[in-house]
Amino acid sequence: MFASIRLLTTVFVLALFAITISLAAKPDRVNTAAGLAAWDQVYSVLVSPRCINCHTATNYPQQGDDRHRHFANVVRGPEGFGVPGLNCMSCHQESNADSTGVPGGPTWHLAPLSMQWQDVNDRPLSSAAVCRAVTDRSKNEDMDGPSLLKHHAEADLVLWAWNPGRRPDGTMRTLPPISHQEFVAATRTWVEAGTPCPKGR
Amino acid sequence: MAKYRLTVNGSEKTVDVDPSTPLLWVLREELKLTGTKYGCGISACGACTVHVDGVATRSCVVPVSLIGKREIVTIEGVASSPLGRAVQHAWVEKDVVQCGYCQSGQIMSAVALLKGTPSPTDKDVEESMGGNLCRCATYVRIREAIASASRQIKGAA
Amino acid sequence: MKPELSRRSFIQLTTAATGGLLISLYLDKSSVLAQQPPPPKVYPPDAFVHVRRDGHVVITVNRLEFGQGVQTSLPMILADEMDADWSKVIAELARAEDVYKDPLFGIQMVGGSGSIAHSFQQYRELGAKVRAMLVTEAADAWKVTPDQCRTENSVVYGPGNRSARYAELADDAAKKPVPQSVKLKNASEFRIIGKRVPRLDSHSKCDGSQKFGLDLDLPGMKIALVAHPPVFGGHVKSIDDRDARSLDGVRDVFEIPLAKGSAVAVVADRFWTAKQARDRLKIDWDLSGLEPADTEQLFAKYKQLATTDGNVAINRGDAKAMDSVPRANRIVAEYEFPFLAHAPMEPLNATVKFEGDKAEAWVPSQFQTMDQAVIAEVLGLKPDKVTFHTEFAGGGFGRRATTDSHIPREAALIAKRFRGTPVKLIWSREDDVRGGYYRPMHVHRVEIGVGRDGMPVAWRHVVVGQSLLAGTPFAMMIKDGVDETAVEGTKDTSYNVPNFRVTAHHPTVNVPVLWWRSVGHTHNAFVMETLVDELANRAKVDPIAYRHKLLKADAKKLHSVLDLLDQKSSWRKTLPRGRAAGIACHESFDTAVACAVEVSIENKRPRIHRATVAVNCGLAVNPLSVESQFQGGLGFGLTQLVEKGAITLKDGHIEQRNFDGYAPPYIMDVPMTVDVHIVPSTEAPTGCGEPPVPVISPAVVNALSRLTGKRYRTLPLKTV
Repeated sequence: MFASIRLLTTVFVLALFAITISLAAKPDRVNTAAGLAAWDQVYSVLVSPRCINCHTATNYPQQGDDRHRHFANVVRGPEGFGVPGLNCMSCHQESNADSTGVPGGPTWHLAPLSMQWQDVNDRPLSSAAVCRAVTDRSKNEDMDGPSLLKHHAEADLVLWAWNPGRRPDGTMRTLPPISHQEFVAATRTWVEAGTPCPKGR
Repeated sequence: MAKYRLTVNGSEKTVDVDPSTPLLWVLREELKLTGTKYGCGISACGACTVHVDGVATRSCVVPVSLIGKREIVTIEGVASSPLGRAVQHAWVEKDVVQCGYCQSGQIMSAVALLKGTPSPTDKDVEESMGGNLCRCATYVRIREAIASASRQIKGAA
Repeated sequence: MKPELSRRSFIQLTTAATGGLLISLYLDKSSVLAQQPPPPKVYPPDAFVHVRRDGHVVITVNRLEFGQGVQTSLPMILADEMDADWSKVIAELARAEDVYKDPLFGIQMVGGSGSIAHSFQQYRELGAKVRAMLVTEAADAWKVTPDQCRTENSVVYGPGNRSARYAELADDAAKKPVPQSVKLKNASEFRIIGKRVPRLDSHSKCDGSQKFGLDLDLPGMKIALVAHPPVFGGHVKSIDDRDARSLDGVRDVFEIPLAKGSAVAVVADRFWTAKQARDRLKIDWDLSGLEPADTEQLFAKYKQLATTDGNVAINRGDAKAMDSVPRANRIVAEYEFPFLAHAPMEPLNATVKFEGDKAEAWVPSQFQTMDQAVIAEVLGLKPDKVTFHTEFAGGGFGRRATTDSHIPREAALIAKRFRGTPVKLIWSREDDVRGGYYRPMHVHRVEIGVGRDGMPVAWRHVVVGQSLLAGTPFAMMIKDGVDETAVEGTKDTSYNVPNFRVTAHHPTVNVPVLWWRSVGHTHNAFVMETLVDELANRAKVDPIAYRHKLLKADAKKLHSVLDLLDQKSSWRKTLPRGRAAGIACHESFDTAVACAVEVSIENKRPRIHRATVAVNCGLAVNPLSVESQFQGGLGFGLTQLVEKGAITLKDGHIEQRNFDGYAPPYIMDVPMTVDVHIVPSTEAPTGCGEPPVPVISPAVVNALSRLTGKRYRTLPLKTV
């Protein structure tokens, strides 16, 4: 239901709406509907390739806007950092390498399997399922609402999504559908609404 | 152009290169360490693998500007560690090489594997070595050499 | 001295010379020998052997070493007959010189799995001659007869306690006349031949010290990259090189002609500068009038063609026999094979230094004679004015043996503008993947009529694919419209089908093609061996037994390897659930191979747990090397099964760029173990470079078919 609203409503209008709500309303008065609308925006970012490519359910990351399996048999490894001979940091450095088209950021790695936002066939999970995972403190490294907000606002690899560097052919990687500022604002609204999740599977 | 001070195989080197230049080409063309090979330039074949602060690194995609103070070890310097020597010895003992072009990278990956996993399973070997292409397909003997080196380092410990 | 090679005489030379190559590939040995001019009887031993005063014996290898191991195996042969101390043998690759030409092919080259097969006798005689000269020298000094002396480990022993090291004798022995004929050892006297001898180049390839062509570093050397047209044959219309030239270290940007079309060369001090400069070029290409090849359309066209009879390669028995076989007893099968790139690990390269009246070249080359001639032609020199160094190559698989020598040609064209300066041309991996010279794509359509006994009674086979030879100096080798390289392994099959017809179509396509390790056997063996397996299955007969039954009685080598395989693959009978065995056998380059693989399905892909291989290659000069070639050759053969094992075109453009899109087998894609068993033989040695390749893919697919009941006739395999 809310997913369909998201589809029918422009991101821009939603963003304004969310920001307005978050600025105007006191935390305890923010209604669930606005929170859910804000979540839809958050979700749109989480399932964008820059984020979801490293939130796989499989033993490999993805790459590209078509989210294909990472080339050269790159694997998740026990901790999400790859394996000894083929580590994420074998290629991905502390920052983007624009001359060779390899993205980078501090401690580049895959999200844990508990934070998988897609199924084993590489299809993104539903908004409700992602929301449940993100808010489940047994899965999300024990983050409460404010911690999630801080994570979205400050975590290096989250910030990277809005500074993803150049592809090997020199063109810029595509960004998530909304700006980082909008993303943080939406997260704040959602958190202040008590991190409501859409119903459904 | 910019000057970079690099620690390579234990000695300090200064190079004056374009900051965007991948480490591979700094090693090969500035420092004349041609044991590290160019195979694809996109980190898909592993022929360029070196160790950067102990991490097996695809030098073809890492601009020299991002190396910083980290220590680089190439195939020419890998024998300075007992593990590196053990792996090289196993490679010769098992007569692994054919054309040999990819083997510097294979050995560097294998050393990283065995450092992290002294007794690797078949799966460990496939995963750690899974990004190193060998067009001669010496893979069967690579597996044997890794197993041999593993036995050797355990025997020595 | 070599004759002057005008362009015209060059073509004559190459056709004559390489005529030998093709003849030997497709006709039987006796006719080869009948058609070839007799090889020179006496090779000057000093061109091949140098006994140094320090006791080292330097042996010159008349072939490129690119993984196949001849840098070890050929010296083994010579050292054995010479009784040299193997621990003191050093091997060197020969420059391009007449004396190093392949005794059978007449040019200096590696191909057709001929290195050992053609030079075995040559290197034995050389070794025996050197030994005879050393013995004569010692005998004369001791005033005894040579037959009173014996030799071992680089020492001549005479009557009493007399002995002399080769190193002491060498200077004077070299002044002795070279014996015209020498007695060679009996096989029982071999001390090195037939032993598992480790490679001489192992250490240098494990410590980074081995130099390959790409590693060459000369004072003042420049690096050249070339921007090739996006569609084969395109011409440069205009170049905007302002951005490119603005980079520090860029020396020149200019157009060069190609065999077809033109390209833009960028020359810089360093690779990375050249690469950045090339990326910044804005080139307007003229692509008018070029056929935009397109894989999908080509397959459609090929399949259409395959329903019609082509030029007849062979027609045995009654072509109409099929008509009397009921439809229910016929198998109709259509196969698709894509273009494949060789993609050797060392990117293609050539270094040329032009000095006006002479030149020097450093090339990892499979075709020294032709590459040298082409460089000379471009530079307006006689070939003997081009000192041509054979550089170690990081693989090749046929890619460094081009009929137009296009890599050395480009290098020479560029070096010509930089007189006195060595220029190293590098084809980046992208250039290689997109550069053409692929194994041609093919469609096979086969109709088999099966008799009541389960054996094929009629076989109609149409092969569709570009000719490798058309448009090259070898075009004259195309007989009756059939390029033998397209039908080898089918036309000349040892399976005994009474009514047997193979025809071929060779459409013209705007994509350069080239022999790819084992050439036509790659696709022909796949078709034959999957169909024969299907027949065995249908007849409910063991696949090895079925093959024995279907093979001609005189296919002795194939019978021998099937027998050995049967003995060595008893594991086939006790496989766990979910696993199946697949069998294939094939003879190519006079070597017979049978292979059994154990396969399961993991993540919708074949997982090859093991392979057992039986080989009959005559006398195995170095069984360790044979084992390695087979282990690796199987892996190479799997290039055609892996998921990303295809080069495809869309509207004239190659869709893959690098190893991300065209991914040859990695470690998990090949058998986890390969045990190789060699049929004991004292027959003349035959090749081992190419024969491993054809058997593996059909063996794996035959196992998959047993697991799933499906047939796999479109390569590469997508999901199982």
